[in-house]
Amino acid sequence: MTIGIAGVYTTKFGELWSQGFASLMKEAIYGALEDANLEIKNLDAIYVGNMLSGNFGDQEQLGAAISGELGLNIPAIKVEAACASGGIAVHQACQAVKSGSYQTVLALGIEKMTDYAPEEVAAGLMQAASEDERIAGLTFPALYALMARAHMQKYGTTESQLALVAVKNHFHASLNCKAQYPFTLTKQDVLNSTCIADPLKLYDCSPITDGASAVILTAKNQQVKILASQVATDSTGLAGRESITEIKATKLASQKAFASANIDPQEINVAELHDCFTIAEILALEDIGFVKKGEAGPRLEKGQFKLGSKGLIVNTSGGLKAAGHPVGATGVKQVVEIVEQLRGSAGKRQVKGEAKLGLTHNIGGSGGTAVIHILTNKGKAFNKN
Amino acid sequence: MKQAGIISYGSYIPRYRIKVEEICSVWGKNPNDVITSLGINEKAVAGIDEDSVTLAVEAAQLAIARLNPLRSERLSLKQVGSIDIVFVGSESHPYAVNPTSTIVGDTLGLSNNYLAADLEFACKAATAGMQASLGLIESGRYHQALVIGSDKAQSRPHDALEYTAGSAAVAYILGSEKVIAKLICMTSYSSDTPDFWRRDGIKYPSHGGRFTGKPAYLRHVKEAATQLLKISKTEPTDYKYCVFHMPNGKFPRQVAKELGFSSSQLEPSLIINQIGNPYSVSTLIGFAAVLDVAKPGERIFVVSYGSGAGSDAFSFEVTKEIVEYRKLLFHSLPKNNSVSTQIKDKEYINYIQYLKMTGII
Repeated sequence: MTIGIAGVYTTKFGELWSQGFASLMKEAIYGALEDANLEIKNLDAIYVGNMLSGNFGDQEQLGAAISGELGLNIPAIKVEAACASGGIAVHQACQAVKSGSYQTVLALGIEKMTDYAPEEVAAGLMQAASEDERIAGLTFPALYALMARAHMQKYGTTESQLALVAVKNHFHASLNCKAQYPFTLTKQDVLNSTCIADPLKLYDCSPITDGASAVILTAKNQQVKILASQVATDSTGLAGRESITEIKATKLASQKAFASANIDPQEINVAELHDCFTIAEILALEDIGFVKKGEAGPRLEKGQFKLGSKGLIVNTSGGLKAAGHPVGATGVKQVVEIVEQLRGSAGKRQVKGEAKLGLTHNIGGSGGTAVIHILTNKGKAFNKN
Repeated sequence: MKQAGIISYGSYIPRYRIKVEEICSVWGKNPNDVITSLGINEKAVAGIDEDSVTLAVEAAQLAIARLNPLRSERLSLKQVGSIDIVFVGSESHPYAVNPTSTIVGDTLGLSNNYLAADLEFACKAATAGMQASLGLIESGRYHQALVIGSDKAQSRPHDALEYTAGSAAVAYILGSEKVIAKLICMTSYSSDTPDFWRRDGIKYPSHGGRFTGKPAYLRHVKEAATQLLKISKTEPTDYKYCVFHMPNGKFPRQVAKELGFSSSQLEPSLIINQIGNPYSVSTLIGFAAVLDVAKPGERIFVVSYGSGAGSDAFSFEVTKEIVEYRKLLFHSLPKNNSVSTQIKDKEYINYIQYLKMTGII
């Protein structure tokens, strides 16, 4: 069955002092409606991806809060899976369209984070980890630092290779007017930045961000369609995992996605991967199957995955690292970016050549949830055969 | 309407200094990163026996003594007698209830016929006092005002403020006779913007990180400055000097550039690098550093900033009276009377001594 993407929109990501929750939400929703050439009354349901509206803003029952603001009475439901909330919102919207119950469904990702003290935000985000990790006083930089250190020991990945992820994604963000940090960095800038949790430095980490993104899915045929939408889960804590040098949920969700789309990883032209920390993009490149384990670092050194290079291009938006990471919005923004790439409307960040297949990869916490979407701009019956 | 202006001024910088790199060494920060991002090398620290009252008295004594420096007495009682307003702006008034202004007024030996008030508006409390006093003097109802900014600035250990929050005081005597810098124009811009605050009974201020920048400092300073240029029908190039509040070394440079002022107009007032940000003192001690070197006929553009938030903007023109004023100073007072000599008179302390002087241990 076809799941067409009728419209997409993302707000500017950043420290949006002058925009509150309602203003971001309305900008994203009306932006997507305008792109889809639809009116608000055409929506049958809304899924909202958001993590922290209860902690920051004291607002739960977010679905009704949003439909109320819009003057709607349709089903509107908040879904939460930490930093994968946006990806899960798109997944639920896909399921809703596939069920046949709804024709036109909007997935909104939204987060307002920068009005709060950093320690409040860090504590709020740690709700996505395990109780043991909270008790131990760990934070997400520390959890990803553990994964990075283990990966370095097992595969010889270097701090310099980690830095190249930030350099590439900042270069992409410099071409994206919606990015929080639209400027370039050198490898030396990254390596010289303040240490956060060894081996991760300031410029290895994604920022705290405000932003909202929306996509409208429809049962009707559209230029860009969703070929696969798959989710996998695993232990929220690192201690409960089989391995900390890979994210099992990523492997499982992508295997299911490639199987249901009937394509191989090597066919993907452009991907938005969850680079909350530079090590996370390296893990994703390997766990999705774009490269073998331990090969992501050396490939980055060869200049791969960067706009202008041959083969797969990764994180043209700037990724979480440089476009910003409003946690609930990220998974939806990734889909918006891939839709723009597949429409050929990404402007300066447009990948060269004919992009037919795109992938998004959205992670909750340190790997408790993984969401994979595969999108295409080919005909309804797209099939490699 | 009377022509109001400045008739004397004096500053006081406590002699203790702590270097940014000393604070960095405690917290494992790279000093070059902090020095580059905040634009500050060291800050002034008040001794354990100093507070906002003693700092205020030191600065005010100098301002009063400068009114008649040839007299042998440290205070000129004749001049002291005609001060009929005492306003003290501070974020660190020793008492929540019980005025700093009366302790200072009586310590200085003023007559009791003065209007006293403590002012609080983050870093612009003293410029609010200056603006109110200039208006009262222009009206003819009051004659001379002693306006003081004084702070032993608080900052939580390990907060970014710890690198900048300094201590100092500055006092201005305003009047309408023998004015050394006359008021040309003034205005204000205020809004409810809580970027930096300290609740009653809480020891250290809190702040909104980068929210203190664009929507707070930069917006208010720019709006007040733009309004002042408009109502005074002047351009940045009409001024010899510009002075902006200095919460760090970056914001005043950025706002000056955005408004069209050059670095040569700004640099003489930019003393944050050596003394830090003594909160309500910052703008007015930068202004004092400029008055130390300004010549008759030169115009000075002054804009403060107080969190919460607001900016007071002033345009002053230096008069020929400043020549005589400075000549008398040269012949009489000890040499530690200019802002630059006070900056140079210093003794470095380590972080443990700093903790002791700020009452943490």
